[in-house]
Amino acid sequence: MRYRLGIDVGGTNTDAVILDSNNRVIAKQKETTTTDVSAGITKAVDRVLQYSDINPSEITNAMLGTTHATNAIIERKGLSKVGLIRLSAPSGYGIPPFVDWPNDMMAVTKNSFVIVKGGYEFNGIPISKPDKEEIKKALAELKKNGIESLAVSGAFSPVNADQEELVRELAIEIFGKNFPITLSNEIGSIGLIERENAAVLNAAIRKLAERAYGGFQDVLKKHGINADLFITQNDGTLMSIEYAKKYPVLTIASGPTNSLRGAAFLSGIKDAIVIDVGGTTTDVGILTKGFPRESSSAVEIGGVRTNFRMPDLISLGLGGGSLVIEKDRQILVGPQSVGYKLAKEAIVFGGETLTATDIAVAAGMADIGDSSRVTSLNKDKIKNAMERIRNLIEEAIDKVKISAKELPVIAVGGGSILISEKLRGASEVIKPEHFEVANAIGASISQVSGSIDGVYDITAKGRDAVIEQVKNEAKQEAIKAGAEESSVDVVELEEIPLAYLPSNAVRFKVKAVGNLKST
Amino acid sequence: MRYLEEKDIDYIAIGAAILGAGGGGDPYIGKLMAKQAIKKHGKVKLLSVNEIDDNGLFIPSAMMGAPAVMVEKLPNGNEPEMAFRSLEKYLGKKAHAVLPIEAGGINSCIPIYTAATLSLPLVDADGMGRAFPELPMVTFSVAGLSATPMVVCDEKGNKLVLETINNAWSEILARNATIAMGLSSMISIYCLNGINVKKYAVKGTISLALELGKRITESNKSDNDPIESILEISKGFKLFKGKIIDVKRDLTTGFVRGKVTIQGIENDTGSSFEIDFQNENLIASKNGKPVAITPDLITVLDKEKGFPITTEALKYGQRVTVIGMPCDPFWRTEDAINQVGPRYFKYDLDYKPIEELVKENLS
Repeated sequence: MRYRLGIDVGGTNTDAVILDSNNRVIAKQKETTTTDVSAGITKAVDRVLQYSDINPSEITNAMLGTTHATNAIIERKGLSKVGLIRLSAPSGYGIPPFVDWPNDMMAVTKNSFVIVKGGYEFNGIPISKPDKEEIKKALAELKKNGIESLAVSGAFSPVNADQEELVRELAIEIFGKNFPITLSNEIGSIGLIERENAAVLNAAIRKLAERAYGGFQDVLKKHGINADLFITQNDGTLMSIEYAKKYPVLTIASGPTNSLRGAAFLSGIKDAIVIDVGGTTTDVGILTKGFPRESSSAVEIGGVRTNFRMPDLISLGLGGGSLVIEKDRQILVGPQSVGYKLAKEAIVFGGETLTATDIAVAAGMADIGDSSRVTSLNKDKIKNAMERIRNLIEEAIDKVKISAKELPVIAVGGGSILISEKLRGASEVIKPEHFEVANAIGASISQVSGSIDGVYDITAKGRDAVIEQVKNEAKQEAIKAGAEESSVDVVELEEIPLAYLPSNAVRFKVKAVGNLKST
Repeated sequence: MRYLEEKDIDYIAIGAAILGAGGGGDPYIGKLMAKQAIKKHGKVKLLSVNEIDDNGLFIPSAMMGAPAVMVEKLPNGNEPEMAFRSLEKYLGKKAHAVLPIEAGGINSCIPIYTAATLSLPLVDADGMGRAFPELPMVTFSVAGLSATPMVVCDEKGNKLVLETINNAWSEILARNATIAMGLSSMISIYCLNGINVKKYAVKGTISLALELGKRITESNKSDNDPIESILEISKGFKLFKGKIIDVKRDLTTGFVRGKVTIQGIENDTGSSFEIDFQNENLIASKNGKPVAITPDLITVLDKEKGFPITTEALKYGQRVTVIGMPCDPFWRTEDAINQVGPRYFKYDLDYKPIEELVKENLS
């Protein structure tokens, strides 16, 4: 028998699951996330191996979802000093790199940059030819500034990556083979500033990610697990751990994505609203065809503008640990929370703080802790607090929906005991089995993907031929990422005509997804 | 007279997007440029139209082409200055101030950038009072003034001086030059004396945009309804509240043409609403009956926050409030309607002012 191990490291909990080859959950465990991430992972893996009683060598794939990189960026911790080469001259001087960055971020990453000749027009014609000597000089200058990681961007590099590749070659000559280099075309889509920002963020967290993922590899090795290792990325698909070490920034929104995908898998429903209730916050998202709907606007990470496609979520300050307080004769629930101290401070767990969990227990919605400790709570207070929680959830459901049609609602996460059986706007409320480890399950069932984003001139070949071409390119990318060829399917094709010009320039965004090739 | 500071730029961009009637694209690039220029060169003096010299020279500065390309191929930064100075040189005369040509998108910010860079004042007016897609669609053109001499520049340093037989040719030649330059360019066009600015420009649009943007931002911080505050200063009408249930786009003429369908909520439950757009919103109809027609302004706002949504960003599922605002009276003359009215955009109906349409719908 072959098994898969899924791990999700969140801000509060580290979850692990083992799935068999029929995708049945055979073991699950929740542990507290530790400051050094590895300790939490070790504990969780210990337990699931123990419960499942399988031979570790039978685990052929291990998937890790983690928000480690995101937290580092938000907290400005452990970031490297970054240097940037932008290929765009004579264009680009009008808006130099980093103009829109928060000062405290600049202070940490100490970015220095040089704009050099290069870049492409939308149709792939060079804006100007790169000059090797100019690039070498620029790299030498960055080296003198003491950079620890290099990022490279170029105008329309998603259309043609050659110039960025050239800089990589030259940088290896100057910095050596093991120096971390990030090319923007491998990370982001159209929008130079946003893609460049993402490349710089990636460069800033590469060393830290390498350590974290290396730690994960060590933990598995110690447990005798010799599996192919994958990290889940923002869109809910996987990348190999070797690739993830180079492009850790692609993991920053993987947490919510994993729980949405896990919910789809556990419930068997592909079009639904998912409510993930944690200790402090609740994320409400929407699934279409088993994948999260993505947000269309620019996403800021730690105050830096990027154009990653993130799940379109509504976040609420509501969770199992939310404080329940009375103010001006009104009962309020959250946003303050006891967070990870829930197991100590909630009344049902012997503490003194009235939390949303206590309310759920008093209302008879959950049976955890010592329910006798909440029997004396005022009935009206319980009713009002439950109503408040329900209102918050129903409002979020209404906001996230794209039509008035009622949709099934899937409630997951440890705090989903707060969710009532009936909600306005929901055709039904489903709390699937293993709901508390939906994230880890989402990580373990992920597929692999490939995508293409570029502007194409459809005059010469015709629209249909170009669409065939971009579909193929996306499929090839997926196969390169480890997908089984026969299972690869195009799941997304967006065609965006460029406004204000009567030419036939069209931007295509294509994504192909396939099952992981079994080894 | 007043001065524009760095913090005013965000307000102006929001306000201009309201006046842009769905057009003009994302002003992000323009905003960054204008802010940087003010940081580097200092505040920009904003002149009201009655402060300008009748005999002075006033030159507009604008971006032409696809905003979607400019997010990749960023400007060099010298183009606006080059276009502006080349035109001065061609005319053998120095300009008194920079004149905005369009309220909306990136072109709400480029003139501020140019004014800051050249240390010139900016005139609180523009040639549209909204956004439109073609060079002749400005009040100056309707008044019979020539678009040329004009200069088209690219980031490489190429520049073209155009003298055309009419403004339609300016559009054709400049558009094709822009395509050859890689789909974006910077232009200076419609050089005017002070008398013509006073006669034909749409006045006070920069300060109006600033005020609109500021009100929305401040309303969002307090409990005030941002949409009410927009209507109050723009003399606009609330046309419809609903959820977008369909957005169709197609590329027939090279301009993005489409239709958005909105299903009523709250007071509009049971009604449906449609907007025809071609880059800008052109015709709004409620239950099949027109309620606002170009050149009057039709703008789609986020229902809660009041921020404007451009036609490129319209999406299924958005909850929106549609507002309509009367255009500058200049646009309502017969000549103007022929150039920017519904029939010009190939819709088979006659223009009627929004005030009349709203009254008809109430009765």
